[in-house]
Amino acid sequence: MVVDQLDQQSVDRVFAALADATRRDIVTRVMAGESSVSALARNYEMSFAAVQKHVAVLERARLVSKERRGREQIVRGDVGTVRAAARLLGGFEELWRARIGRIDDLLAAAPGDAR
Amino acid sequence: MTVVSTQSDQENLTFTIVAEFPAPPSRVWQVWADPRQLERWWGPPTWPATFTDHDLSVGGGAAYFMTGPEGEKAHGWWRITAVEEPTRLEFEDGFADEHGTPAADMPVTTARVDLQETDGGTRMTVQSRFPSTEAMEQMVAMGMAEGMQQAMGQIDQLLLTSV
Repeated sequence: MVVDQLDQQSVDRVFAALADATRRDIVTRVMAGESSVSALARNYEMSFAAVQKHVAVLERARLVSKERRGREQIVRGDVGTVRAAARLLGGFEELWRARIGRIDDLLAAAPGDAR
Repeated sequence: MTVVSTQSDQENLTFTIVAEFPAPPSRVWQVWADPRQLERWWGPPTWPATFTDHDLSVGGGAAYFMTGPEGEKAHGWWRITAVEEPTRLEFEDGFADEHGTPAADMPVTTARVDLQETDGGTRMTVQSRFPSTEAMEQMVAMGMAEGMQQAMGQIDQLLLTSV
């Protein structure tokens, strides 16, 4: 598998894709196991076409990949469980590490500067 | 970098981070208790937080929003469940809609903050507890969205090493 450097545009696409609750749910489901678009669609109160559109957005963000198998379109998490787990913890950890770095800066600032 | 350790426990659905600061607990407490100081570190530089409500007493809570690069706003809330100034704070942390109303379909994280006095200052332990594996998964998305740029460097590394 080819892993590209994530440029700003891809980052934006990933965040835009994950900004929607349905799409986050789709990612969660297909990370757990591949699923056909029609099986995914049964989970939501929206049309098959609407779900297909969500999948297309996720596909463009490379969060999922889609493959035609017979009459079905099979969706799976793009880089599998490893990436999902790594990102899960890595993302949250990084968030807190960054916060602690900022607290450090705040504490290091002159007391009068702490507004 | 003053982070001493981090630990994630998939079984108990917790993430714990321990950091040490060269300031007494009473000073570190202020970065949580003073909303203006809190705003300077809660959100990333690209998504600064604004606290519109902030009452660290049991039963009280906080309301905030973070403003993104395009002016988009992500709202959140806290509900305080335990306070022992200046050593302990426990609260629920959730997402809200654009009116500040807690979002029913979004996971609620429980955070416990402990400030312990040490020789040189304060040891701060923050433990985040997720309600379910699915919620942890969902927090990735949101955590990533929050962590934005900072997270990307590390994710790149993880991706390179996990392939």
